[in-house]
Amino acid sequence: MRTGEPYFAQTGAGAPAGQTGADLPPWGETRIVGKPLPRVDGYERASGTAVYVRDMALPGMLHGAIVRCPHANARVKNVDVSKAEKMPGVRAVITGQTPAAKIPWYSGDKGPTSWLFDAHCRHEGEEVAAVAADTPEQAQDAARAVSVEYEVLPFVVDHEKALEAGAPAVQEGGNRFGEPSVYQRGDVAAGFAAADAVIENTYHTPTVFHTAMEVHGSVVQWDGDRLTVWDTTQGVFNRRIELAQIFKMPLSSIRVVSLYMGGGFGSKLEVGKYTVIAALFARMTNRPVKIFLSREETFLCAGNRPANRIWLKAGVKKDGTLTALEARFSGPAGAYPSWDALSSYQISDLYLCPNVRTEEQNVFINAGKARPMRAPGFPACSWALEQTMDQLAAKLAMDPVELRLKNIPTVSQIEKNIPYTTTGLRQCIAEGAKTFGWSEARRGSRGDGHVRRGTGMAAGMWGWAGEPSAIVIVKLLADGSVNLNMGASDIGTGTKTVMAMVVSEELGVPLEKIAIEHADTATTQYAPDSGGSQITLVCAPAVRAAAAAVKAELLSLAAAELSQPAAALRLRDGAVEQTADGKRVPIADLKSLGERQLLIGVGRRAPHPAGKTALPFVAQFAEVEVNTRTGAVKVLRMVAAHDSGRAMSPLTYKNQVIGGFAQGLGLAISEQRVMDRQTGKVVNANWHDYKIPTALDVPTSHTCLPIDLHDTECNTTGAKGLGEPATIPSAAAIANAVCNAIGVRFFDGPITPARVLETLARKGA
Amino acid sequence: MGRRRKDPGSRRAISRRGFLTTVSTAPIAGAAIGRAHETPAPVPAAEAHEPVNVVLRINGRSFKLQVEPRDTLLTALREKLGMTGTKPGCERGECGACTVLIDGNPRYACLTLALEAAGHEITTVEGLMNGEQLGPVQKAFVEDDAMQCGYCTPGQVMAAEGLLRANPNPSLEEIRLGMSGNLCRCGAYDHIFKAVQRAAQARRTGGMS
Repeated sequence: MRTGEPYFAQTGAGAPAGQTGADLPPWGETRIVGKPLPRVDGYERASGTAVYVRDMALPGMLHGAIVRCPHANARVKNVDVSKAEKMPGVRAVITGQTPAAKIPWYSGDKGPTSWLFDAHCRHEGEEVAAVAADTPEQAQDAARAVSVEYEVLPFVVDHEKALEAGAPAVQEGGNRFGEPSVYQRGDVAAGFAAADAVIENTYHTPTVFHTAMEVHGSVVQWDGDRLTVWDTTQGVFNRRIELAQIFKMPLSSIRVVSLYMGGGFGSKLEVGKYTVIAALFARMTNRPVKIFLSREETFLCAGNRPANRIWLKAGVKKDGTLTALEARFSGPAGAYPSWDALSSYQISDLYLCPNVRTEEQNVFINAGKARPMRAPGFPACSWALEQTMDQLAAKLAMDPVELRLKNIPTVSQIEKNIPYTTTGLRQCIAEGAKTFGWSEARRGSRGDGHVRRGTGMAAGMWGWAGEPSAIVIVKLLADGSVNLNMGASDIGTGTKTVMAMVVSEELGVPLEKIAIEHADTATTQYAPDSGGSQITLVCAPAVRAAAAAVKAELLSLAAAELSQPAAALRLRDGAVEQTADGKRVPIADLKSLGERQLLIGVGRRAPHPAGKTALPFVAQFAEVEVNTRTGAVKVLRMVAAHDSGRAMSPLTYKNQVIGGFAQGLGLAISEQRVMDRQTGKVVNANWHDYKIPTALDVPTSHTCLPIDLHDTECNTTGAKGLGEPATIPSAAAIANAVCNAIGVRFFDGPITPARVLETLARKGA
Repeated sequence: MGRRRKDPGSRRAISRRGFLTTVSTAPIAGAAIGRAHETPAPVPAAEAHEPVNVVLRINGRSFKLQVEPRDTLLTALREKLGMTGTKPGCERGECGACTVLIDGNPRYACLTLALEAAGHEITTVEGLMNGEQLGPVQKAFVEDDAMQCGYCTPGQVMAAEGLLRANPNPSLEEIRLGMSGNLCRCGAYDHIFKAVQRAAQARRTGGMS
């Protein structure tokens, strides 16, 4: 990341004043929050009745398909749509020549760098034309019939080659995307001079894909000047902002809806060209239009976690005190300005170190643009940093756990030494090690046959404490049921469940009487994107504030009606209960509520705590088996210790943890984009050749250990983020375990069987 | 990485071979594809986009519909019948999101032509419901939180149902193998294994299928 990047701004400035519930006391013993209850929309998801955007059909709906450039770098000379236009069912065709399609795209610091349909296609899969027809098959047939003449240009798909002199220029200004971003504190030269041991190496992590189960797509409908978009998105409000800018429309005229969404992991955080193309078709044809990408298309143009090259040098004293850390990061942004996917954040903040210098350089190559992917940049940084920590430990003959425990900060060094609200890093490492049986396992046998066992661990942190804004409305109806109106998408993390639990906790209304409206800009209020592990810590306090406002009003009504002081009443199991004698009046029986029919509470997120930062921490442990004949790495078990504040919903919490580990497992041993250097094309743009973990690959034993520190300074629910930290150290822990098993360190990932065998052979030679 | 494909060439008549036969000879109107090799005289190939009539037996009911010979069972279920519980994930037999049961065995609906499926008993996720009540496998998936985004869940549920019909008391290794044709990118596998174990128990004690 670049220092000063707004996404990482740790400021509460701009947080709206109002009903934040900041004065609410922390919960004491909870009745609902923290209990292992099934998710509130489990029925819809398991029955098949949940309607994903992919499932939608509107009357008269047309289907779109997109013509894509097959070359890594090419100029479009001519697009002939005459044959396609005459094909059965075809209703409209759009090319770069269509006036309405002259829409700027891919903005960088100096404004847009491209167009919806750019005459210069800078990567395989770039959009050239599109067709709308009565059926998806007709649209695809017609798209194939569009004849495009290209002038094929030289290309570069390796980001290190792209920086060499004479490399083909991806963008006019050259292949460096922005200036190098530098962070510095102390004096690294002095730090290395004072070190007793220094480790210096270069690491590579692969480019990997999100590959969410539901592919990207939209259903779009115009109603006069109003636009409705059902979108596979992680945030309806930010998609609305993007669409309003593109179509130069008021926000109020655009409705974006995303009730169920089949996985995002960061790839659904930006508006897709398909959405805008569908909107153009819908306008041209006066019909609703649906466009969904194919699985293969998502590999080419729906984002990726870009490769990292990381040079890292670290110095340490004999007693394990870090003296200096210096790193240089580079990685490919793809062909256009993209999310800055490099992050040296952990090098600057995870461990106590007075002298740090980091440099990051993003690079343009002729490949699909990067997008944020679950903790953008952090797992790659862990891969280098945590393997370095293990090498330092080995050099000092110190236990890796002990070395890390030597260097635990209590303040955020990258934030000019402001304190953390809470930091459970020490507990994560120490308690995780205990639960794992670290000491015994490290002393245990690695085996003497061709199958070796090893253990490894890695620690980590996430560097984003969430957007300041979220507004939530809670409505209590006359029969004692509740409507929770919250704009955030539940992309599978359990957001709806967590928020309903907060309402239930506050109002004593059972979960089954809480109906949720969410992720619809027309009917719900602003919430940030469901990304960056921010929704629980941003929205849950707003939900609590809204529910608390309703509670205060309800108790005051009840107090008047029951002639009791409000302080002597509490809400339990759908009733107003007198604390002293347990006498109960069901909420639905309150006459004063019946007269009003409705109580409304509005809640907002309080600003970030001033002068402090609130971040989650993690340590993960893994035991692996390495077959030195086949090169296969198998993870046998894992322990994940997380400080994500209060564990709001244990079932969905553990689910995040095992899922994050599974994605880290893919990064560690099997996932990588492979590009053909002769053609610049992605050769494994499908799930057959791009290997994500299956049921046979994940460990048989998962232990999730929440370090249940309630961070009540962070917010009134005590929760911090979890989704990103769950995947940050996983790959590094596995790499360290592999090294422990066979005595060979893999600086470059993924640790595929071929790489294991090659490395062992080289070592043996 | 290890991944067991649903073996399309196994005992049942629906097979990868059947798939190829159908593409090449494309018998018109609901000929039972499983018996295609018994067809005495060659029939002229239909154009891929020419609609033909077919009767599909789905969740115990017969549906008469028109499909193109190239239409997959997945297309027929979703686009023709509006049964969207069965999900497209890759449409090339890699992810299992579209898993249905054909004659009780898990099959990828994206690799099965609609015409091929005629004459066979098709069960979809909608068919596991008892009215509005979840079936035992579905219920177990909810109780063990064996899902995140939920998009792969109907396919996982059908794979689990098929596994348990063939093997009512599977070991953990048998469950991992049985579920390995279904990808879950959210990575909820551990909870899925627990749900399958719970469902096995429920089926044994509750006698439901």
